[in-house]
Amino acid sequence: MNINATLLAQTIMFALFVWFCMKFVWPPIMAALEQRKKQIADGLADAERAKHDLELAAKRSAEILREAKEKAGEIIVNAEKRDSEIIEAAKAKAKIEGERILAGAKAEIDQEVFRAKEQLRTQVSAIALAGASKILGREIDAKAHNDLLDKLVAEI
Amino acid sequence: MSSEAHTSADYIKHHLQNLTYGQLPDGTWGIAHSAEEAKAMGFWALNLDTFIMSLLLGAAVMFMFRSVAKSAASGIPGGLQNFCEWSLEFIDSSVRGSFSGKNNMVGPLALTIFFWVLSMNLMDLVPIDYIPLLMSALGVPFFKIVPSTDPNATFGMAIGVFLLVLYYSIKMKGLGGFTRELTLQPFGKWGMPVNLLLEGVNLIAKPISLALRLFGNMYAGEMIFILIALMGGAWAGMSMGSTTLYGSQILLSLGWAIFHILIVTLQAFIFMTLTVVYMDMAHQEHH
Repeated sequence: MNINATLLAQTIMFALFVWFCMKFVWPPIMAALEQRKKQIADGLADAERAKHDLELAAKRSAEILREAKEKAGEIIVNAEKRDSEIIEAAKAKAKIEGERILAGAKAEIDQEVFRAKEQLRTQVSAIALAGASKILGREIDAKAHNDLLDKLVAEI
Repeated sequence: MSSEAHTSADYIKHHLQNLTYGQLPDGTWGIAHSAEEAKAMGFWALNLDTFIMSLLLGAAVMFMFRSVAKSAASGIPGGLQNFCEWSLEFIDSSVRGSFSGKNNMVGPLALTIFFWVLSMNLMDLVPIDYIPLLMSALGVPFFKIVPSTDPNATFGMAIGVFLLVLYYSIKMKGLGGFTRELTLQPFGKWGMPVNLLLEGVNLIAKPISLALRLFGNMYAGEMIFILIALMGGAWAGMSMGSTTLYGSQILLSLGWAIFHILIVTLQAFIFMTLTVVYMDMAHQEHH
């Protein structure tokens, strides 16, 4: 086995072969690998984003829930306030109405009392007249003594 | 080169001779220094170069995958991990395509076979004189760096696969089932001897075709590399003929090497796919 130009030829050929591989074989393989890597990276990034979005959504939903609760509480408070207001107003109105009714009743009673007094007065005068006529033994002419009777009635 | 015909033959022989360790004619054990000596060693000899190269390459592949597997992260894979995942996916999908049984060993087996055969075949692309020259400088008479051009290596792998096929055939179908498969088809029980002959040939053909296909392809490829390299050896001064020969050696070996990228990968893939198919047949009740 002796060294000769074959070795040189093989070396040239090997250099060319390596060049060929670098130029035409390596890039497609690397491209495929790179694409695979990118795909995985994209997938992972998407997953991460989705996770983030989910977190954000959860946070947001919690916030919305909290807001809703707050609002509900406010509404309840308002409603209670309004409730008591209505009750107060109703009470006041009822009081006024009651007073009004009471006053009306009082006036009616006064009137009734007055009317009863008036009747009583006329009846008393009639009784007095009857008593007097019995005492005097004769009938008193109501007409003749009208002014006297009126005076008596006024006195009662 | 003094006498052209003689040295060409020597050159070819030299390149096709394994580094063989065995019993020398004088009774001692050692490395054969000629093809005749190696032949005289008989069966009980070891092709050291095949042995060393296949071990080294297998170890390199295992180391590569092991180191990636150890540091594998679930994030975005970079560099070697990306490559390993890519090849793993490729092999996994082709195993899923042709293996219908349930066996967790077939995938790793396919992966090992593919990368081992591929790495051994790839040694074909190293210029054929580099390593032998280096080795002769170190005092080693022969060194074939492509283990798959040694039928011992390809038959070794094929027999390994064959044993697995036998093991799983018996495990899956039982000894009786396997025997029935060998004797009762395709002609029923009255054609038993014929059946056994047919099925026996069918069975034995598996490892032989597996081994010979790989060996034949790689050996022929190597042979053509050697023949192309011989063209440059015809250099006889600055003449038109020798310059043309010299130039065409470079171009032809370049072309052949580029073509061999395909052959090398294809042969590894075929070896793997056939292994998977044979394992699939071993797992199926009837084929």
